[in-house]
Amino acid sequence: MAGPVTCEYRRRPDLFRATCFLASVLTILLLVFIFGEILTKAWPAIHRFGFGFITGVQWSPNREVFGVLPVLIGTAASSLLALLIALPLGMAIALFLSEDFLPESVRQIIRFVVELLAAIPSVVYGLWGIFVVIPIVQQFGTVLSEHFGFLPIFAGPAYGNSLLTASLVLALMVLPTITAISRSSLVAVPYSLREGSYALGATRWETILGVILPTASPGIVASAILAFGRAMGETMAVAMLIGNSQRLSWSLLSPSNTLSALLANQFAEADGIQVSALMYAAVILVLMTLVVNLAGEMVLRQTQRATAGLR
Amino acid sequence: MKSYQQNFFSGSVRKTSFLRLFRNRFLSGLCIALSLLTLVPLFSIVILVIRNGLPLLNLNLFTQLPPAPGLDGGGFGNAILGTLVMVGISLLLSVPLGVLSAIYINEYAPVSAMASAVRFVAKLLTGIPSIICGVFAFAAVVMTSHHFSAIAGGVALAILILPIILLTTEQALLGVSAAHREASFGVGATPFQTIWRIVLPDAMPAIMTGIMLAVSRAAGETAPVLFTALFSQNWIRSVLEPTASLSVLIYNFASLPYAYHIKLAWSASLVLVTLVTLTNILAQVIFSPKHR
Repeated sequence: MAGPVTCEYRRRPDLFRATCFLASVLTILLLVFIFGEILTKAWPAIHRFGFGFITGVQWSPNREVFGVLPVLIGTAASSLLALLIALPLGMAIALFLSEDFLPESVRQIIRFVVELLAAIPSVVYGLWGIFVVIPIVQQFGTVLSEHFGFLPIFAGPAYGNSLLTASLVLALMVLPTITAISRSSLVAVPYSLREGSYALGATRWETILGVILPTASPGIVASAILAFGRAMGETMAVAMLIGNSQRLSWSLLSPSNTLSALLANQFAEADGIQVSALMYAAVILVLMTLVVNLAGEMVLRQTQRATAGLR
Repeated sequence: MKSYQQNFFSGSVRKTSFLRLFRNRFLSGLCIALSLLTLVPLFSIVILVIRNGLPLLNLNLFTQLPPAPGLDGGGFGNAILGTLVMVGISLLLSVPLGVLSAIYINEYAPVSAMASAVRFVAKLLTGIPSIICGVFAFAAVVMTSHHFSAIAGGVALAILILPIILLTTEQALLGVSAAHREASFGVGATPFQTIWRIVLPDAMPAIMTGIMLAVSRAAGETAPVLFTALFSQNWIRSVLEPTASLSVLIYNFASLPYAYHIKLAWSASLVLVTLVTLTNILAQVIFSPKHR
């Protein structure tokens, strides 16, 4: 063979590397662009309403008066209530999946079912809620408000489209989040700790309550925080069930509203300053979910570090 | 610890051990009962979707347009097509971006400021509510073009699935053994040849899994397309006009006072749930252990 092997192609600049680099830059710029775009469009409302937007209780587009306090309270209340309902159930399932109460095959089925819950589209939950949960809440709510009407949370007439209905369905929707994260933190508890507890003569539940749950508790807290974040951002099922009312009320049985449901209901028909006000509401929603998610991630990271040290 | 000592010396061991045993049994029962309780709503959803969705299910549903309010007959062929078109647009936008970014942060510069920045962005994007994707597409596309369109819906869905594709692709690339790469470099391959001929073919099943999961997620979402693609009673003629989708159809028809439209909403739910579940299962089948 005459001449050396040509390696000219090795000296060419790596165009593929440049393309990949460009894609990474674009991904980062995209985030900046998303926040920038929403902030710019929200700016007229931020400039005009300022902090009064957050403390205002009126939302009437016709008079160009915009305040989101009732909606903020509705968002926090529905998410918190959903968490209160979902946490015991989620913990039970997580324990059920990580302990050996029943044979592996039964646990597989339950795990599959919980994963299926996560895959059902939000709008189908909404449809189901309209025809199943609303009548149930309406019926029980009437009984509740008759007998416990002296409590502010059950006072007044009972509506089917209410905070309670939305929270019940939300609870179902955040269940997979709670179960998945708490289960992995329960499984991460070293087996030697269990064995130590059993060796001291503790029963299964003395071990669970005294050793396993305390060790896994940061992970469980993280799962609750992340589930709270998911519940705040959940849109369609809530928009279909919560009744969309901006009136402040103590009652769980009266209609309410959340930030995301407000956006879903009003964006398509909004114009002028209302669009800007809705963008302002979107900014608040983004900030709230970001804070909650970051808190959850931080707790989760702490947990992983702590349990890694136990091994 | 203290209570055990007391029990041991108090002479009532038998009584307390019965209590302990009873509490143990009771809590186990409670735990199992609560777990099984969650099966009830799920079965209720699945059974209702099938029972209310099946009666109308026939070929006309897939080929005809929705009826005018108050009328019977017709289907939601335009909504199925619209969903497919918008999911397609979102894939066209986010697959190249996500896969190439993942290749850069995993193959070219795994430990760099850029890599941590991209990972951070992906994490943040997974955390933001899906409706924010719609808000962004409204601001960036609808407000500039002054039209609700399939493009705007596709952009919103693309933002939604970008982090899914990016993070699953990164995991897929991490799953390729380092020995393969070293062997490739060892025989004199360039980085591009190594990635193109060795790493990507090996990681492809896992990347496809990520894309299928993204499709399943995008097809089921309503909030991002609700006020970007809006809805339409007609067949899609161009991607620049309002477009129907299955999920928005369910949302719109669920609150109408017409029995037939509500039945259509249930049938659309059945089709949507089937579509989402099928893509989900398909995703896991592609990524079966025999490929690893």
